[in-house]
Amino acid sequence: MKFTSLKLSAGIAKTQLLSKPRQTLVAMLGVTFGIGMFIALISMMTGLNKLTEDLAMTSSPDIRMYYDISPDRKSIAEFINPQGLTITHHQKPKNESLKVRNAKQIAEQIRKRPNVKGASILLNSQVFYNYGPVQLNGTIAGVDILEEDKLFDLTHKMKEGRIENLISNPDGIIMGTGLAKKLRAKTGDRVVITTPQGFTQTLKIVGLFQIGIGIVDNTRSYANLSTVQTILQKDKSFITDVNVKLYDYTKAKELAPVLQKDFGYKAEDWETANATLLVGAIIRNIITYAVSITLLIVAGFGIYNILNITIHNKMKDIAILKAMGFSGPDVRSIFMIQSLVIGFFGSLMGLIFGLVFSYLISLAPFNGGDIISITHLPVNFNPLFYVIGIVFGVATTAIAGYMPSRKAAHVDPIEILRG
Amino acid sequence: MKTEVLRATGITKYFYEPEKFQVLKGIDVQVNKGEFVALVGKSGCGKSTLMYVLSTMDTQYEGELVVAGEKLKNWSQNQLAAFRNKHIGFVFQFHYLLPEFTVLQNIMIPALKLNRWQESEVEERAYTKLKMLGMQDHALKVSAKLSGGQQQRVAIARALINEPDIIMGDEPTGNLDSYNTQLVFDIFKELTDVYHQSIIAVTHDEEFAAKSSRIIEMADGKIIH
Repeated sequence: MKFTSLKLSAGIAKTQLLSKPRQTLVAMLGVTFGIGMFIALISMMTGLNKLTEDLAMTSSPDIRMYYDISPDRKSIAEFINPQGLTITHHQKPKNESLKVRNAKQIAEQIRKRPNVKGASILLNSQVFYNYGPVQLNGTIAGVDILEEDKLFDLTHKMKEGRIENLISNPDGIIMGTGLAKKLRAKTGDRVVITTPQGFTQTLKIVGLFQIGIGIVDNTRSYANLSTVQTILQKDKSFITDVNVKLYDYTKAKELAPVLQKDFGYKAEDWETANATLLVGAIIRNIITYAVSITLLIVAGFGIYNILNITIHNKMKDIAILKAMGFSGPDVRSIFMIQSLVIGFFGSLMGLIFGLVFSYLISLAPFNGGDIISITHLPVNFNPLFYVIGIVFGVATTAIAGYMPSRKAAHVDPIEILRG
Repeated sequence: MKTEVLRATGITKYFYEPEKFQVLKGIDVQVNKGEFVALVGKSGCGKSTLMYVLSTMDTQYEGELVVAGEKLKNWSQNQLAAFRNKHIGFVFQFHYLLPEFTVLQNIMIPALKLNRWQESEVEERAYTKLKMLGMQDHALKVSAKLSGGQQQRVAIARALINEPDIIMGDEPTGNLDSYNTQLVFDIFKELTDVYHQSIIAVTHDEEFAAKSSRIIEMADGKIIH
């Protein structure tokens, strides 16, 4: 079709739209509402997803290597009689040490790999915290605190005290705020720690940290590696975990099996470790898209309906235009242009509405309670959503407008003009 | 020698609904330049059907149709639309002006579609046609605000804008009072006499037909006079 024809069709489309401003506006508002809600929903949902992901990232390493106690092992009878049928009832696990051998060397080797930001060694253990009559179950992590800070940025998560306090205090401990609150302990207080093996040690709280996830803040403490080794009565090479942080955390899932194969210890990536948290993200995404698409389909039906009525009312005009020399495509473009204009400006208003709405959501106070420490709902103002929004909006109206426009193109002028 | 603008030979057409019925039975028509032909006959004799075949809008017929020297058999709908735009002007019983547009815009639309002249020149031409019909004062009014006779005059101006080879009318005065009927007739007369415009019009109005230069009378799908 020639450009001049298109220009003429556009001129007719414009006049028809402007002659019924209210109807045009109502059609636009349908799209506006659909796109606006899409923007607001997806901004909020991805904001939440990003928050949970960030929390998962801060509380767990990208890859954690540890000794995995294997429940299945060959019984001695199977070794003796490999050909025969051997059944061992009620096999008990072997007394295995959780020790990662040559942990320091492993960490050093991992640090040399590309994309690795850092690797730290630590000693994790279950402990009981005793403070007065209170006894709480938790964990203690023996770490090189400066190395750990490099990986997890603990400096910025300290609520009281400083991480350096741990270096100057061999029997110091940095405790999660939730745990300290439960123990009613403050910085400077002493807590008694009991290991599962029954050893006890008195440690002094030199600082409090808050990562933002309840399960971590309510249970974990950091101490010097040597201190924890002493409490557990283990030697200086006893390490249970090697934590790895990457520059690009999305590569963790690929790297973990490689490390597992190379070093012979279980390597778990952060996505697997936080699967429960991340399932929520998937469900939120499904809800977001389901609701947005529903809204857009409703808006699409609105446009379909309005355009159908318009075309019905304009039958005479279509007939005379065709008599005077407008071809089918010319007539179709008149109505397609109308629906695209409605779609484009409706979507544009929708983007503004969505931006304002998501801004208001980001101002709404929200108490995460003990589980996550946030004060406002997290909102993700990603420009990509606005691009998707306008593409969605225009595409929906194009589809909704196409069928009535095609009908208009096929109007037989004789039927109308003969009366 | 007269120039021929329209010639139809052996036009035959059937209606298939509700049952097969031959509405046109081998009709031959010829219109020369500057002729004002009135097509008359009783209701149902097929005169309107013939008109729509001649207009190129109806393509379901047998026979040969030549307009402005072009054989119009087996043309596509879009080609025929472009042909009508260039060569045929229409005046119907109802004005069929686009109600949202001004008088001037209504007249300009077919010419803008034709794209032979610049927009400014199209506007000038539209004014000329309006002046010829005594409607220049109403140029900027929305067409819906005019009276029936005025609207029909605008429709005539619109039919003239592309300087068509022939104007086709389907009961052009059917919806007008006697004053406006007279007016429209005078316009048609002037167009043929002064500007040598060819016109073919279906009409019921015997008075109107009597003043035309030639009458074709039809009955039962045939030309009887």
